Amino acid sequence: MSFEPKILGLLCNWCSYTGADLAGTARMKYPPNMRSVRVMCSGRVDPGFILEAFRSGADGVLICGCHPGDCHYVEGNYKCMRRIPLTQMLLKGMGIDPKRLRLEWVSASEGARFMEIVTEFTEQIRELGPLELQDWEFIPEELETVEISEPHKES
Amino acid sequence: MKPKLAIYWAASCGGCDIAILDIEDKILNVAEFFDLALWPCAADFKYKDVEAMPDKSITLTLFNGAIRNSENYELACLLREKSVVLCAFGSCAAEGCIPGLANFTTKEAICDYAYIQSPSTVNPEGIIPQPVTKVPEGEITIPVMWNTVRSLPQVVDVDYIVPGCPPQSDQIADVVLTVIDILKNGKPLPPKGTVLGATDKSCCDECTRERDVKKIKKFIRPFEIITDPDLCLMEQGIVCCGPATRAGCGAKCVSAGVPCRGCYGKPINIRDQGAKMVSAIASVIDSTDPEEIERIIATIPDPVGTFYRFSLPDSMLRRAQV
Repeated sequence: MSFEPKILGLLCNWCSYTGADLAGTARMKYPPNMRSVRVMCSGRVDPGFILEAFRSGADGVLICGCHPGDCHYVEGNYKCMRRIPLTQMLLKGMGIDPKRLRLEWVSASEGARFMEIVTEFTEQIRELGPLELQDWEFIPEELETVEISEPHKES
Repeated sequence: MKPKLAIYWAASCGGCDIAILDIEDKILNVAEFFDLALWPCAADFKYKDVEAMPDKSITLTLFNGAIRNSENYELACLLREKSVVLCAFGSCAAEGCIPGLANFTTKEAICDYAYIQSPSTVNPEGIIPQPVTKVPEGEITIPVMWNTVRSLPQVVDVDYIVPGCPPQSDQIADVVLTVIDILKNGKPLPPKGTVLGATDKSCCDECTRERDVKKIKKFIRPFEIITDPDLCLMEQGIVCCGPATRAGCGAKCVSAGVPCRGCYGKPINIRDQGAKMVSAIASVIDSTDPEEIERIIATIPDPVGTFYRFSLPDSMLRRAQV
């Protein structure tokens, strides 16, 4: 079976979620790989959410917020603008391709742009392949053991 | 019969054991109340003596050190079986600490550097320790080193956590005297999972430096400036892990002009210390221009190692993907 990326979309309530809605009502087509979660602001996205998404099996995370200057809360999207490059740096340090995390600005009227971004991002993640975290779980049965020959077990 | 106390070290530096001795005269209360069952740092006990004890015969075990190899794991399981209360003592046991930084690389790379590449090593035959070695007398074994360092709560069930690298001695004294009081007077134990010897707030809460809204354009290292003794270090451009670190130490480092390194671990309700540091750093950067932001964050030396200095094995991702 071919690889279908799992993508988490965190969409700002005021612009991007409405933009996604517009893409839907206008019957624009984009890949169904993204699971969207509506957040009140892109500034609400804690970097911990992003790490938790990757840990829980997401192959990519897309965050969409209002264009700079358009934030409903004045500067929430600027906070996000500063967090994402830092989070990408963190991912890079943890050996995860920073391209798996993307921040885009989508306004309520940009349904077509939203469609293009999701399509392109899905293809990019498809190329990067699945993200499998090594050694995450602790499984005692899989531990490396040493065979000790009989006489030595006694001593 | 006196209740039994065990203090064990796994992958640790021994600093936690020293910190226990640092409680000064209160160590006499400990010696008076408890019988030692195991303390490899201070006295000669054999593992087989512990194995021979009935289950749950040790009242309190203070376990320091991360779980790095098969011996650490074996002892963690053994002490869990024999102890009524198992306490992850110190940052290594609680969240992996400095030994946990090994999770940035692999077992092979570590052995290669330690036994072959490092400039101070003379090893012309390229010998790397093996779990089993054949000698004329038979086979000798050493514990198996793991590829991924784990914290104690990841491998066995833990009752309490005492954070810190090492836990501050006044906090240890407090914890030990409280435990003695509880046991002596038959008081109920605190709920399982309680973090002892620390508070629920962040290090900033204990820090006396003033916080302003000043924003910064460049990160600097502590040796590059003479710090203002009254102003928040982060606002002076120094990466300080205080916002993402549990309070309990009394903000000792920051009071001395040294940024918090994060040894008390993540505060309550924080999922990941590194992620929280990202948030904290992002809020002091003074820029709304993506290119300038890139330039500013590039001035942070070793960001991932700094943010996860004490908590990599306990972080959301647990290890780097290599």
